[in-house]
Amino acid sequence: MTENSNETLTPAPRRSVPLWAQILVWIGLLGLLVILAIGLLRTQQGTIQAGQVVDDFELAFFDGYDYNGQETVNLSDLRGKVVVVNFWASWCKPCEQEAADLEEAWRYYEPTGEVVFLGVDYVDTEPEARSYLAKFEITFPNGADRGTKISQYFRIEGVPETYFIDRQGVLREIQTGPFQSTQDIIEIVDALLAEE
Amino acid sequence: MLPDFGYGILLVTFLLSLYSIGAAIYGEVTRTFRWVETARRAMLLTFPLITVSTFVLMYLLATGHYEIQYVYSVTNNSMPLYLKLTALWGGQPGSLLFWAWLLSAFTSAVTLRKWDRDREFLPWVVVVASVTLAFFLALIIFFENPFWRWFLAPGSEQPILAMIQPAGTQAILPGDGQGLNPLLRHPGMIIHPPMLYLGFVAFVVPFAFAIAALVTGRTDDRWIRITRRWTLWAWLLLSLGLVLGARWAYDVLGWGGYWGWDPVEIAAFMPWLTGTAFLHSVMIQEKRGMLKQWNMLLIILTYDLVIFGTFLTRSGVLSSVHAFAQSAIGPMFFAFIGLTLVTSVALLIWRWPSLKAEVEMKSMLSREALFLLNNLLFIGILIVCFWGVIFPLISELVTGQKVTVGPPFYERATAPIFGALMALMAIAPLSAWGHSTVKTLGRAIWKPAVVALVAPVMMVIAGFVNVVALIGFYLVALVVFVTLYEFWRGARARQKAQGENFFAALWTLAGRNRRRYGGYIIHISMVLMAIGILGIEVYQTETQQSLAIGDSIELAGYTVHYDSLAQFQHTDGRWVTRAEVSVFKDGRFLQTLAPRYDVYPDGQPMTIPGLRSTLADDLYVVLVNWEGVSASVAPFKVYHNPLVNWLWIGSIIFILGMLVAAWPEKDTEAVAVRNRKAASAGIQAM
Amino acid sequence: MKQVKKKKFFRFLFFVLLLTAGFSLFAPPSVKVVAQQPTPSDDDVNAIARKLYCPVCENTPLDVCPTQACKQWREEIRLRLAQGWTEEEILQYFVDQYGARVLAEPPRTGLNWLAYIVPPVAFLLGAYILFRAMRSWRALANQPVEAEPPVVEEKDEYVSRLEEELRKRG
Repeated sequence: MTENSNETLTPAPRRSVPLWAQILVWIGLLGLLVILAIGLLRTQQGTIQAGQVVDDFELAFFDGYDYNGQETVNLSDLRGKVVVVNFWASWCKPCEQEAADLEEAWRYYEPTGEVVFLGVDYVDTEPEARSYLAKFEITFPNGADRGTKISQYFRIEGVPETYFIDRQGVLREIQTGPFQSTQDIIEIVDALLAEE
Repeated sequence: MLPDFGYGILLVTFLLSLYSIGAAIYGEVTRTFRWVETARRAMLLTFPLITVSTFVLMYLLATGHYEIQYVYSVTNNSMPLYLKLTALWGGQPGSLLFWAWLLSAFTSAVTLRKWDRDREFLPWVVVVASVTLAFFLALIIFFENPFWRWFLAPGSEQPILAMIQPAGTQAILPGDGQGLNPLLRHPGMIIHPPMLYLGFVAFVVPFAFAIAALVTGRTDDRWIRITRRWTLWAWLLLSLGLVLGARWAYDVLGWGGYWGWDPVEIAAFMPWLTGTAFLHSVMIQEKRGMLKQWNMLLIILTYDLVIFGTFLTRSGVLSSVHAFAQSAIGPMFFAFIGLTLVTSVALLIWRWPSLKAEVEMKSMLSREALFLLNNLLFIGILIVCFWGVIFPLISELVTGQKVTVGPPFYERATAPIFGALMALMAIAPLSAWGHSTVKTLGRAIWKPAVVALVAPVMMVIAGFVNVVALIGFYLVALVVFVTLYEFWRGARARQKAQGENFFAALWTLAGRNRRRYGGYIIHISMVLMAIGILGIEVYQTETQQSLAIGDSIELAGYTVHYDSLAQFQHTDGRWVTRAEVSVFKDGRFLQTLAPRYDVYPDGQPMTIPGLRSTLADDLYVVLVNWEGVSASVAPFKVYHNPLVNWLWIGSIIFILGMLVAAWPEKDTEAVAVRNRKAASAGIQAM
Repeated sequence: MKQVKKKKFFRFLFFVLLLTAGFSLFAPPSVKVVAQQPTPSDDDVNAIARKLYCPVCENTPLDVCPTQACKQWREEIRLRLAQGWTEEEILQYFVDQYGARVLAEPPRTGLNWLAYIVPPVAFLLGAYILFRAMRSWRALANQPVEAEPPVVEEKDEYVSRLEEELRKRG
């Protein structure tokens, strides 16, 4: 500590806020508001919006499930096909309502090879998930959402939720809550299949 | 039509508050006091008007007008009248109206004070208060209207909410409502929100005066003197709101605790922190003419944290599963926070040079220095809380992954700060304004410091060796001794000089300097609360076990014996599952407890613990319904919460201290003048 | 003069140390080791569950969360305990399975360090600013004192003020 520093410590009687401090204050304030604004925007939007290209994700299947013999699948491998991503959980009562409809729709499309159903099991435990799958005789590929990464990407608001992705990998339709009938699913998928 | 009438009144009030903003500014700019006066009267009118509107809604709630969506969503036929009335703040739209009502009560009351000596403040106080009120009224009128009825368009399932029936629609006329969320049907929850809201809205008054002082440039301590009691009352009500919330959580959630560091709790806690810091630091400004800039900053922070907290809890930003998630009021709140924060900070920076201190600090150990340290510590806790609340947002933004910031984070960071605050509470009363040295302070503190060692020594002898607890209870003892010693010293001095008896001396002493001795009582109440917090944080034990009838659980010397289970339907439709357990200690029967859980018709469960509460400990027995209860085997969870009762005892003492400090004196203006003269002469009574 | 500065510096250091000492003293007690049992009791399960947060009910600790999902999680813990897993392994399993959000606080990795660094840095910065401000105020206040009245008189004034205060009360 020198005499010099002592002098700088003595404030002038009427000193305004130094410019750098003002700039810092405003940057800090602005940063805070921006964070809040983005957080708010996300909340307001809810799930990701239809019309955007869905980022790639990887889904590892439960034992006994596969897609073309593979134990995992990447969304990017499914370009050119219509993808139906269904979020569910064994503890979710409404999911049970639509389980049979989903399976029926899958069996309807499976022979064509044009449509892929992916069951993503959200925040679930494996034994219960397996008995759920067995109970509803679900055959389309299902796997756990490891690290809740997929559901966080889609920003799902609950289960069940179903996302329809077209051949170009663009999210087209979102169904929140259970489907009322198999026909509901088929209508959406057929519309996407009709596109080239 | 009654709802239209209530709504119309709200519209009129909204226009009236817009008018008072305009008239106040116009009057100020053109220097025509007549306009300012009309603005004041317009603001005065808002309270009776919103009162009418609120009563209309309460009437609708009480009489089951389910054609109104809000009434449908929070009441039903089986609710008792008092719950129907308090359902006013049981949902978003109603609680906004309630908030606006309380706000108008405060702002109207403030217009009634004698303004003769503070004419220049009046227009700006009116502007700030009216802007705040207009904002809340706009939210109610345009976004969350409790008077909206609902209609169904043919072929649509989505009801339309509107005041006027849209063409071609059918009004929905349900015969019964949904009823209030069962968690809110608790006495604690009935008083807790009003207290919290009152505390929140009361802080608008000091904020309005602070802004007025900034705008007019009258930056002496006048605004602080005017708002001193307002601030005290705001702080009292906010504190009570927090304590009642804690008590509600303890009684209703069945978690065995009272505070979970939930973002919603923290949102209400943050303005309390800045408010408490403000309460302390204004004293330095009054006594020493220092910290003007800092006090401005604190009151601005407090006001915006109030709005921010409301925003966090109502906009759904924090948790997407929140019921209000889709509410449109989020962006409005955001805009309002941005507007008020930017405006007030800009004002503060503009006036910064004229807020320089009049007197300078002489010693790092003087009382003002210790007050500053106190402020630093409170702001430290605020930083931890704020960062903990905001960090998950940042994390999600940057990495796309959510994180949880929970109790361990807050406890680790704030516990040492709370400890340091307690140490300050012990030291500060012994230091003097202006000048203290290590020597004078050391001489004052060594005796109580030694005497207080009794507490940890006794604990060690009794076999309690937890370091946190030892330090904590030492500090508790120290604060109690120092504070009692301060009372004793003052009263003794008076007794000697005046020949009064000791208690009479004590009475006049506390009466003469109410803020000081009220403050000391509050300090005592705080350390009493600290006893409860230390007890539960350090020594809480718990056990869970499934019992067949006739089995028992042992915990902390208690035996909880499972006697019987009954299931029945209550008249209001909920299913009650109620166990009876006998509590024994050392083989001696103490009491029968009845933990239970209720399942409401809408499926929502509610867990009510069986509670045996003494000064030494609480035994908290929960019927763990979520693990499945059957007549033969029922899972019980037993918590042993030592000393937790002192938390509630402390809060009662707290109210006492607050009443001593804040009760209106006969002539506040005269007292203020006297104090100022004393201050300028350098002779302080404090 | 230099000596005085040094003293001031040490006083600041002391002030900082006092606060940091407080931090370390109030550090949480070390993690208890879960007793291995053939059939894990509810208490063993809850001891781990209370450190976890299920994404289904945010901000509610797992040991008191009433949802079905949480119940299944607790059974999962019981299962792993029965298989002889340690607490650390189980916590890690849940993190792998459901993401870091299940922990009561962010794991100390990458960006999450910000959560732990920012508050103490901000606090110390505040302490430093306060210290600087107080020192500069005192420097100002002491300037005239050096010229005219000696410190002793200052003290006398203080004593007499105290006495006056007591007299006024009496």
